[in-house]
Amino acid sequence: MEKALILTLAADRLDQLFHELQGRGYECVGPTLRDDAIVYDHIESSADLPRGWTDEQAPGHYRVKRRDDDAYFGYVVGPHSWKKYLFPPERRLWQLKRAGQKFDRTDTPAEPPRYAFIGVRACEIAALKIQDRVFTGGQFTEPKYAAAREQAFVVAVNCTQAASTCFCVSMKTGPEAQDGYDLSLTEVLTPEHSFVIRVGSDHGREVLAALQTAAATPAHEQAARAGIENASQQARKLETAGLKELLQRNFESEQWDDIAKRCLSCANCTMACPTCFCSSVEDTTDLTGEHAERWQRWDSCFNPDFSYIHGGEVRKTTASRYRQWMTHKLSTWFDQFGSSGCVGCGRCISWCPVGIDLTEEARKMRESEGTCHEGS
Amino acid sequence: MGKPRLAVWKFASCDGCQLSLLDCEDELLAVAGAVEIAYFAEASSNLQPGPYDVSLVEGSITTAHDAERIKEIRRQSGAVITIGACATAGGIQALRNFADVEEFTRAVYATPAFISTLDRSTPISDHIQVDFELRGCPINKYQLLEVINAFLNKRRPNIRAHSVCVECKQRGTVCVTVARGEPCLGPVTHAGCGALCPSYNRGCFGCYGPKELPNTESLAAWARAELGATDRDIKRLYHNFNTWTEPFRSEGNRNG
Repeated sequence: MEKALILTLAADRLDQLFHELQGRGYECVGPTLRDDAIVYDHIESSADLPRGWTDEQAPGHYRVKRRDDDAYFGYVVGPHSWKKYLFPPERRLWQLKRAGQKFDRTDTPAEPPRYAFIGVRACEIAALKIQDRVFTGGQFTEPKYAAAREQAFVVAVNCTQAASTCFCVSMKTGPEAQDGYDLSLTEVLTPEHSFVIRVGSDHGREVLAALQTAAATPAHEQAARAGIENASQQARKLETAGLKELLQRNFESEQWDDIAKRCLSCANCTMACPTCFCSSVEDTTDLTGEHAERWQRWDSCFNPDFSYIHGGEVRKTTASRYRQWMTHKLSTWFDQFGSSGCVGCGRCISWCPVGIDLTEEARKMRESEGTCHEGS
Repeated sequence: MGKPRLAVWKFASCDGCQLSLLDCEDELLAVAGAVEIAYFAEASSNLQPGPYDVSLVEGSITTAHDAERIKEIRRQSGAVITIGACATAGGIQALRNFADVEEFTRAVYATPAFISTLDRSTPISDHIQVDFELRGCPINKYQLLEVINAFLNKRRPNIRAHSVCVECKQRGTVCVTVARGEPCLGPVTHAGCGALCPSYNRGCFGCYGPKELPNTESLAAWARAELGATDRDIKRLYHNFNTWTEPFRSEGNRNG
């Protein structure tokens, strides 16, 4: 069987990729430095990338720092995730206008956006696949998500370093993208600053053919492997063996109350999570009573009213909401969607304003059970 | 059937929330078309007698006279909607509630004998039944329109009681606490402003008061341990526009 061709693109030719994608009608979105963080936004060229920057992350802590080199992708994931493009934070679904005894309905135009995602990490590809199952894998398909996803061009970037909050190795989602991309890039600084590129689709092959690439040398491949190996060194671990059952055995654990003493029920973890998919739908009217609109907005299992049904809220306490989130994410997600809902990106840990650490809470839950068994 | 009659009332306040109604500009004609503005002293000297279908009440109760006046407004009104931190929580002037008001009047006024005031500033709901409380210092004019709208269309207002954080995340604002180490009340504060301050790289001041289930103690503990905030800093964060709400009052009191 023919060995997959591995090519390199010199770092100073990275703009060829932007030009080629833009020429094919894609809007490039990707990492850029804004408000002291590396966020995802519209980017025009390599000049918009956070070149020479990195991030430092810990529970409840994120800082951007200068690197001592000019790497384009020398950081991991930040506050944003790609879901904001495929499943926007808010959107109008339709509007109604009164016409005599009837209403005329206008749906929000279905012309799907055509994004090229630049710099998608392996854990994020895993998250995209999870949201694909959520929005398109069941009996009903979310048409706007499906249309935007269908159009999207994915440029993966393999991580060559990990933050202290990363645990993709535990979740078996990274740090190297195995599939789910059109092109995958591994940035290397030796033997010269360049990108080692693999093709993941026919679209990717066409785009790559238009770039001035060269065959990768063993030195390039070795440097790429060393970078990915470096990213695999992760101190943070989530023990996944038996985790699903562990959480389901511990609905009444006192540890939920302990977490609730710290948890703010502010919903940051769910908003930052690349797989959380809940939304609410609100109907609005105007003062004349002639117009009405229906809006969809990101919602969260930590928000009041989220579990509101006739008679009141099902989950009135912070303990019950955190339990719902963590148990869904790490346990009942398997029953619902056939996998864990966690990809090990660590966003919920970094962006929790009081640094609550999902992996640590899981570890404590396991430990508390051990103690309990020993004591009984 | 005539148009619903709207009244706007002022108690101890800065007028900013009433001004939000005048500030509606583009929507003001629609408001005037949908309701009869029967009593709105800030906008017109044509003050019509009651009864009114909807009363918007701004300001807190700080005098014995006002404590009676609000009862009459309740009697004259179908629905009473309080607008702003003063009316819903006692306002910034509720800082007097922690001090000696007579000492204040002696310090501030040349002739304190002319001042007749209660020793506490209290929200309208301490005095009468309120049908809806709209938060904010000042209120958000779009939320005000939404509430008027909902009452006119006999539906529940789309006013969410979740945290300001949700608004930050929805608009893509980077968390100022996590990325800059700024103390921020967003995680314990009721949404509604659209996360204005964090979008200008400032921590949230808590203008909209406590959200549902506010864990003020955990947020204070983190600010103290990880952000270098002193007890005094924390007290000043909580004892502000919504100081007299129970969660913010208690948390401020716990810190210095």
